[in-house]
Amino acid sequence: MKKEHKLKLGKQSIWQYADAPESTSHIQIKKKYDLFIDGKWVKPESKKYFKTINPATEEVLSEVALAGKKDVDKAVKAARKAYRNVWSKLSGRERAKYIYRIARLLQERAREFSIIESMDGGKAIRESRDVDVPLAAAHFFYTAGWADKLEYAFPNRKVRPLGVAGQVIPWNFPLLMAAWKIAPALACGNTVVLKPAETTPLTALKLAELIQDAGLPEGVVNIVTGAGDTGAAIVNHDDIDKVAFTGSTAVGKLIQSSIVGTGKKLTLELGGKAANIIFEDAPIDQAVEGIINGIYFNQGHVCCAGSRLFVEEPVYKEVIRKLQDRIETLVVGNPLDKNTDIGAINSKEQLKTIENYIKIGKKEGAEFFQSACNVPKKGFWVRPTLFTEVAQSSKIVQEEIFGPVLAVQTFRSVDEVIQKANNTPYGLSAGVWTDKGSKIFNLTSKMRAGVVWANTYNKFDPASPFGGYKESGFGREGGLHGLRPYVRLN
Amino acid sequence: MTQPHEALNFATVKIKNISIDQTAVVEKAARFQKRSIKKESKVWGLKLALNMIDLTTLEGKDTPAKVKQMCYKAQHLHDAYPDLPTVAAVCVYPSMVGFAKNEVKGTNIKVASVSTAFPAGQAPMSVKLDDTKFAVDQGADEIDMVISRGKFLQGEYNYVYDEIAKIKEACGKARLKVILETGELGTFDKVRKASDIAIQAGADFIKTSTGKIKPAATMPVTLVMLEAIRDHYYATGKMVGMKPAGGISNAKLALQYLVMLNETLGADWMNNKWFRFGASSLANDVILQLEKQRSGVYGSKDYISID
Repeated sequence: MKKEHKLKLGKQSIWQYADAPESTSHIQIKKKYDLFIDGKWVKPESKKYFKTINPATEEVLSEVALAGKKDVDKAVKAARKAYRNVWSKLSGRERAKYIYRIARLLQERAREFSIIESMDGGKAIRESRDVDVPLAAAHFFYTAGWADKLEYAFPNRKVRPLGVAGQVIPWNFPLLMAAWKIAPALACGNTVVLKPAETTPLTALKLAELIQDAGLPEGVVNIVTGAGDTGAAIVNHDDIDKVAFTGSTAVGKLIQSSIVGTGKKLTLELGGKAANIIFEDAPIDQAVEGIINGIYFNQGHVCCAGSRLFVEEPVYKEVIRKLQDRIETLVVGNPLDKNTDIGAINSKEQLKTIENYIKIGKKEGAEFFQSACNVPKKGFWVRPTLFTEVAQSSKIVQEEIFGPVLAVQTFRSVDEVIQKANNTPYGLSAGVWTDKGSKIFNLTSKMRAGVVWANTYNKFDPASPFGGYKESGFGREGGLHGLRPYVRLN
Repeated sequence: MTQPHEALNFATVKIKNISIDQTAVVEKAARFQKRSIKKESKVWGLKLALNMIDLTTLEGKDTPAKVKQMCYKAQHLHDAYPDLPTVAAVCVYPSMVGFAKNEVKGTNIKVASVSTAFPAGQAPMSVKLDDTKFAVDQGADEIDMVISRGKFLQGEYNYVYDEIAKIKEACGKARLKVILETGELGTFDKVRKASDIAIQAGADFIKTSTGKIKPAATMPVTLVMLEAIRDHYYATGKMVGMKPAGGISNAKLALQYLVMLNETLGADWMNNKWFRFGASSLANDVILQLEKQRSGVYGSKDYISID
């Protein structure tokens, strides 16, 4: 492998693709959004609104209500009323009808939702169009199917709903996370107060409009917007029966300690620092693609991102060379362009965090590589980044960066790599690449991670449970397991 | 330009078993189809695609007159469109090489000839060598040979290797394209192995198919072969060409192949020295699309000649 034989890729290409942006002319975003409580749009008691921007252009998209304690209380009351009077009394079949309706409407408006998701969150339209929105619809479809079959989901048990669920979701998959939270809660007969992240509230608010169109009984789903304080108000509200949170481990720990002794049920889906393991006998070219999908999907804003790469020494040079060449072909830029592979970093704050970790990586003496691509002047951007020559004790190997930054280590034996892969406080996901089936089963059984992908990465399906070990949280979302946190069994 | 071939004996060459994950290859190939090619970049790509075509007629009923008509088309794809490139080559049976050579004299268009008892390759080595020498003597610039798939599937890799090496020798200055007939090989692992053998044995190009067997060229199988070429280049710095053939009949698909080429092997391969489309009807669809880009509307196919 001599370095001088270089392929002319990416910037050196002689064929540059013309811009192919999605049109936004048909997109309707209101100038101001109120809170969605009891089936109606309600002004916040605080009279305060905050701006949500497009991270690719830094333009303001809309102003969104800031919910305070009183607003949250209103929402919880509405949810309780709806639970008591309507939703808990409906048969599973009737509940399913509503959820199916949400799923179908979401499919019908998929394009609109995809574009807004990309505008508000910065993710490439290729992903919001092909992953986020279809998968969100699929979650509603899948879970709707369970609503009238709960007695089969939990045989010989009496299944009852919990009551009112308070749900707080992150900014990396705004609509998809809303679907993951709302769908099982409704299917099992609970009502919902949901708070989207403050940087990405728009698709959740559009979902509220869609829920209105679906004719869901008032108060069954309430959507309140705001920042951390609003989330805390939901979590700490006395009349909440169940808290579901997806987000950072730090906040997850806070939530857990704040509800101790209250009897509230809790599921947490938190951070991760997943190991992606490449063996010598792996299909290398496909593994390289898997590494790319593992870490650069959604700008690396993925809790299950394969951010720690382990490569068996004999193929190390080959993998790195191929990885670098592949990185050069990634198109970074306007999220609404159909050719874009990597969109904008979600917020200025996150950009600072990522840049700081890159600084730390360099300081720690790691070998640094970044794509040579151009990035727009306005907006928040990080080129796909690779650090080699790192160790288990490097900070960039230990801490979740939540950005397009990959840290690469080598290994020599199966035992060594299992030990290193598990040597982290997290345990959400892992990947293993080998041609040998027995090696896959050996590894998957020893990996302390909720999801282990073999010869693929970042694949999701509503029928498959998702969740973590250790500081990556507890409880599962999706699949049959995803219903369990929303029911009381006798 | 041909590269001198060093080893004629398979025993001295090591072909590593490279495993290929089929699902991931199919997924990756589909991703190239999601690039949006419009406006100037589309026109550029379409013209390049035209210039990469091996305009082909390989039929039992081929006659000198038919070949002559095709050769005229090769030089005059669509005179109504100014400055259109010509195709890269015409591809015919050995018996037609002399006629074709005469027709394209004085142009940049190459004459390619299939050989080695195309398409089945079920003939003794001596016949294959004679077949090849005849085509070269008739003036063929390029030879498209078929490998012995039967031997390959029996595991007689050294036979396949030696066969290619011998034909390569018989080609002299003519560039050698080695047809793997991927539709008969069954798995991507085998496609990769056949690619590696062909490259090691001296192929100037590797080519998917004869066009007589289905499936012929597909994007995933072409990707596997492009990656074999890339690995060879990484290891030695030597370039090998790629020719998908059969089943590429519309412009959109051709552009998707070019996206795949652009993002796998890069700029150095984006020309007809290193990439060809083996096709008989692709040119006219490309012309139709170029006219559409120029005028804004789709014209009738009756305005485009069908030779």
